[in-house]
Amino acid sequence: MSADTIERIQQSPKFQALIHTKRNFSWTLSIIMLAIYCGFILVIGFKKEWFATPIGPDTVITWGIPIGVLVILSAFVLTGIYVHRANTEFDRLTQEVVKEARQ
Amino acid sequence: MKTRVLSLICLFAATFTALPVWAADAIGGPVAQRSLNWHAIIMFFVFVGFTLAITYWAAKRTRSAKDFYAAGGGITGFQNGLAIAGDYMSAASFLGISALVYGSGYDGLIYSIGFLVGWPLITFLVAERLRNLGKYTFADVASYRLQQGPVRSFSAVGTLVTVALYLIAQMVGAGKLIQLLFGMNYTSAVVMVGVLMVLYVTFGGMLATTWVQIIKAVMLLAGATFMAFMVLKASGFSLETMFSSAIAAHPKHAAIMSPGGLVSNPIDAMSLGIGLMFGTAGLPHILMRFFTVADAKEARKSVFFATGFIGYFYILTFIIGFGAIMLVLNQPQYTETIMKDGKAISSLIGGANMAAIHLANAVGGDLFLGFISAVAFATILAVVSGLTLSGASAVSHDLYASVFKRGHSNEVDEIRVSKIATLCLGVVAILLGIAFEKQNIAYMVGLAFSIAASANFPVLFLSMFWRGLTTRGAVTGGVIGLVVAVTLIVLGPTVWVDVLQNKEALFAYKNPALFSMTIAFFATWLFSVTDHSEAADKERAAFLPQFIRSMTGVGAEGASRH
Repeated sequence: MSADTIERIQQSPKFQALIHTKRNFSWTLSIIMLAIYCGFILVIGFKKEWFATPIGPDTVITWGIPIGVLVILSAFVLTGIYVHRANTEFDRLTQEVVKEARQ
Repeated sequence: MKTRVLSLICLFAATFTALPVWAADAIGGPVAQRSLNWHAIIMFFVFVGFTLAITYWAAKRTRSAKDFYAAGGGITGFQNGLAIAGDYMSAASFLGISALVYGSGYDGLIYSIGFLVGWPLITFLVAERLRNLGKYTFADVASYRLQQGPVRSFSAVGTLVTVALYLIAQMVGAGKLIQLLFGMNYTSAVVMVGVLMVLYVTFGGMLATTWVQIIKAVMLLAGATFMAFMVLKASGFSLETMFSSAIAAHPKHAAIMSPGGLVSNPIDAMSLGIGLMFGTAGLPHILMRFFTVADAKEARKSVFFATGFIGYFYILTFIIGFGAIMLVLNQPQYTETIMKDGKAISSLIGGANMAAIHLANAVGGDLFLGFISAVAFATILAVVSGLTLSGASAVSHDLYASVFKRGHSNEVDEIRVSKIATLCLGVVAILLGIAFEKQNIAYMVGLAFSIAASANFPVLFLSMFWRGLTTRGAVTGGVIGLVVAVTLIVLGPTVWVDVLQNKEALFAYKNPALFSMTIAFFATWLFSVTDHSEAADKERAAFLPQFIRSMTGVGAEGASRH
């Protein structure tokens, strides 16, 4: 990659907008994931009894179990959301930026 | 950016909780040799025969250095996702997590979740940058704009130390597990694992190593799915029935349905959590997998699939653990009475970590028990192959080609060095496996993760995210992280008290990562910002082109295919 191309990519407003969006998006998702996990652990640390409550009057299943499974699913879903957007929108924009810079 | 990094670290520090000691405990401690288990042995040899055939097929396709180190960059995201999941779903994690659920119910789920949440973060933050910057080893990324000699030497040392510790734990674990499951003698088991891994790696390179891992991952997922299905079937496909009968059978009764005493020492817990999460992002054999796919798109897909498989696997182990409470606990054929502290207590034959193995017998008979035993062995074999390949790559690609030959070696020589290194690592692994047979190796995996988190990860992360990183900062900070991690482990309870038999630990916590990683980040920052040399200015200036490549993939390995 020539110094010119680098310079042009760097100065391209499209590129600036792209990295801005991408950075916000990935840090937002990271913080959501950490908040979910953090919340889960804090409940276990300080309000254990919430998770020990059965989900209904005639069941032994406690709230902790569906919530735990949801945390696992959230990891998968968040990853999916990121990968989907990055592999379509971000990759398309990246290719446009690179193409323009090479012209 | 700096504040973001710091706040991220604080967040991690604040959120992590206790994670397993089982990682190595699953297979630690003395075990008795059992009678020969023919089903298991036959199935294991079928697996070995099949993987050797794959190695033969892979050997014909492995010609260039890129083939050898990165399977030619031709692994798809889905395949790589299975391989990454395979690296993560070790025998220790299968047996250990199900044993934990068996022993304390809900707490097992908390453990698995701690393991899983690292993966989304790897996806959001590092996966594509790694792919866009690296070629064969993580040192390619760390040394991208820094001085090749010192940074690669440091990364190679970090890799070899991590790999050696991990290998010892796996070899000793393999020996004991095989003794227990197959009734084979310890030394011959260790030698067999060593020989097979050398065969896979030297002849088949990354292609064979990846396929061995994929096959094992599929076998393990299939076996665990079958077990979970049979458990659900035994409870009439009602979770209510499954949980109620488990509560009725378990000595802790309803307590198994809610969080127990896991968060007992929050600082130690946090520290272990940090070590595991960032350790994962600093394990050379996992990082290497990002270079086997064509581009950033496939790299992202890999982690997506890996997260899915790992999450699914943890849900299965949860069901398996409860199934073991229901079907194995209190069953005379799986338990024995042993004397502990003068009291007779009932315990599982072979120890608590055999819960999943006994359950395999309970739901699928001897044949399925044989299958699960073979899977457990295959798991170890697949993991040690990946470890060996990454150690060998550090020797040939980083030390030989880049440091010793200063980038002027040819591919043929480089691959030859890699194969010799594999052979040496195989011999060393066998010797260490035998030497450590009677040693307490419980701290080895924890130490490997702590070093990966304290030495490899800070350097790798800052090289991608922080413009100000210089060679001096990277090498000094990394070495400090490594030394502090090792020192704190030695002075901590696991080595100072348990191994060296001293009365009181000089460092109170079992897991040093919280401290050693923080110190490593701080030292790397300090020695970088105080570096006013001309070379340092050039390195900072080179961040921009590196950043653009990491974001766009322009100039990345394999990008030409598009």
